[in-house]
Amino acid sequence: MVTETRPPGPVDRAEERARAARMRRARRRERRPVFLFMGPWFFGLFALTAGPILASLYFSFTDYNLLGSPSWSGLDNYAGLLDDVHYRNSLRVTFIYVVVSVPLATAAALLVAVMLSGNRRGIGVYRSTYYLPSLLGGSVAIAVLWRQIFGAEGLVNQVLAATGLDRVIALVFDVEPGTSWIGNPKYALNTLIILNIWQFGAPMVIFLAGIKQIPQDLLESAAVDGAGRVQRFFRVTMPLLSPLIFFNLVLGMISAFKAFTPAFVVSGGRGGPADSTLFYTLHLYATAFRFRDMGAASAMAWIMLVIIAVFTAGMFLTARYWVYYGDQVKLR
Amino acid sequence: MTTVTTAPPATRTGGEAPAPAPRRRRGSWLTPLVIHTLLIAGAAAMIYPLLWMIASSFREPHEVFTESGLIPSGFRFENYVDGWTGLTYDFSRFYLNSFLISTLAVIGNLTACSMAAYGFARIRFRFRGFWFAIMLLTLMLPIHVLILPQYVIFQRIGWVDTFLPLTVPHFLAIDAFFIFLMVQFIRGIPTELDDAARIDGCGHIQIYLRIILPLMKPALITTAIFTFIWSWDNFFAQVIFINSPRNFTVPLALRSFLDQQADSAWPLLFAMATLALVPIFTIFLVLQRYLTTGIATTGLKG
Repeated sequence: MVTETRPPGPVDRAEERARAARMRRARRRERRPVFLFMGPWFFGLFALTAGPILASLYFSFTDYNLLGSPSWSGLDNYAGLLDDVHYRNSLRVTFIYVVVSVPLATAAALLVAVMLSGNRRGIGVYRSTYYLPSLLGGSVAIAVLWRQIFGAEGLVNQVLAATGLDRVIALVFDVEPGTSWIGNPKYALNTLIILNIWQFGAPMVIFLAGIKQIPQDLLESAAVDGAGRVQRFFRVTMPLLSPLIFFNLVLGMISAFKAFTPAFVVSGGRGGPADSTLFYTLHLYATAFRFRDMGAASAMAWIMLVIIAVFTAGMFLTARYWVYYGDQVKLR
Repeated sequence: MTTVTTAPPATRTGGEAPAPAPRRRRGSWLTPLVIHTLLIAGAAAMIYPLLWMIASSFREPHEVFTESGLIPSGFRFENYVDGWTGLTYDFSRFYLNSFLISTLAVIGNLTACSMAAYGFARIRFRFRGFWFAIMLLTLMLPIHVLILPQYVIFQRIGWVDTFLPLTVPHFLAIDAFFIFLMVQFIRGIPTELDDAARIDGCGHIQIYLRIILPLMKPALITTAIFTFIWSWDNFFAQVIFINSPRNFTVPLALRSFLDQQADSAWPLLFAMATLALVPIFTIFLVLQRYLTTGIATTGLKG
C-alpha cells in the first residue's frame, strides 16, 4: 500500500533533520555542564598537581634557592644527597620508625580487636577509649605532652621513681636513673615509636568491622572440631582478616613514612639529639625552608615518592603468599 | 546404650544434664574476666597521659615534675587565663584563624569534590575513564612532591602568609580521596531516580542539587568531619605557608608557646594543649557513629 510505505518525501526529511538537530542540541546541553562540574577539579589538577609535580621533577635537577631562577645542575642534587650524612641519618631513622612501629601498631590493633569481639558487653566504651588516641595523636598538643612525659622529670620517670623501678630500668637500658628519654640519642626515636603505636585505634576499628563479617558458623564448626581459642584465631580469624591486615600495614607504612608533626615538635624542629629523630620529612622541610635549597629538597621529595612506590609494590608482591582472598579456595 | 556414652562427661561436669559437646572446658568462665581485666588495664594505660595532662593543667608549675597522680591539690584556673594571653596575640585569635581555615576547607571540599564526583559518576564525557584514572593516581601522591612548587607559585602571587594556600586548593577539589569516596557513593544511587527527574525536565544541575546531594548526605558528613580534623591538624602545610604570629593557627601557636616558654610554664602549656584538643574531642563525642563507620568503610585514618 502506498500510504503505508510512503517513500521519504521532502517533509519527512525536514522533520528528520529537525529531530536530529534537537537530539544534538539536547546532547550538547547534557555535555555542557561538564565544564561546570569538572572545571574546578581540572583547574586544580593542572595548577596544583600536574604542574607542580613536573616542576618539582625539574627543580630536582637544578640549583634553586627561591630567590633567583633555577639553574640546571644535572644530577648534582642526587649525588649531593648520597654524601649528606644527615640525609642518610634521616633515611635510617625513618626506616626504623616505619619498620618497627607499623607492624607493632597493627599487631596491637588486631589483638585488641579480637579481644573486644568476643565480649559484647561494654564494647562501645572500649572501642571509643582505644580509638580516641588515634584521633588526637597527630596533633601538636599530644606532641607537646609527649615531650614532657619522656623528659628528665617527666611522667614516665616520676612513675618509675615512685614504684622503685627506676634503678632496674636504668640498669636494663644502660642509662642514669632520671635520664631524659627524649634527650637521649639512643632512645628518643623509641618515644616517637611508642607514640605511633599508641594510635592503633584506627586500624583496630577496621579490624572490628572485618571481624563482624566473619561467618559465625565457620568459627563454630572449628570449635566443634575441637579447635581452641588460639587455634581458631590463627586458623580461621587471621586468614579471613589477612586482606585487612595487608591494608592496614600498607596504609600505616605510607602514613608513617610521611610523619612530621611529632618529630618536629618533640625535637624543636631540629631532629635532635644527634639526628636521632630526624624524620625524612623533617629533613626535607629543613632543606627547603631553612637552608633554602629547593633543588635538593625536590630531589628528596622524588626519592621519597619512589621509595613509597617501591615499598607499596613490594608489599603487594608479598601479598600473594600470605593474603587470603575468599575466592582462592572454596569454603563450603 | 545412652547411659554408657553420656556417663564420662556427666561425671566431669558434676552431674549436670549431659553436655551437648565437650566444648566448654574447665575454667572457661575465667577468660571473660581475664579479658575484661586486660582490656580495662590497657585502656587505662592509654588514656592516663591525657587525663594527667588535664590534671596538670590545673597545677602549680613545680607540681608537674612531682605529681604523677590525677587528683590535683587545688584548681588553678589562672593557668588557663594566663595561657590564653601568654603569646603576643590572644588564643582567641588563633582559634578564629583555625576555625576560619577549617570551615572554609570543609565548604570547599563539600562543593568542589561533590561536583567533580557527580561529573565522574553521572556525566558521560570524553576520556572520562582516563581522567578518573588520573584522579586515582593523584590520590597516591605524597604532598611532598607538590608542596615545594606550590610554595613557589603561592609566593609569586603573594599568597604566602595568608590563609589562601590552606583554603583555596580545597575549592579546586584537591582532595582526590573525597572525590573517590563520593563517586563510589553516587554509583550506589539508582539511575532511575535521575531518569525520573530528567523526564520531569531536570538537567544535570537540577539532578545534582535536588536528587544526588540530598541522597549522599552520609558521604558528605564523612567528608566534612575528616576535612575539618585533617585541616585543623595539618601542621605541615601550616608551618610552611604561615609565618607571622598574627596568622598563627592553634597548632602553630602551641608550638611557638612550647619553644618560648621555660620549664616553669608547663601548666599553662598543658592548659592550652588541653583546649586545643577540645574541638576534635567534641567532634568525636558528637559524631562518633559517623567517625567509626567512616573509618570502617573507607579505611580513613583519624
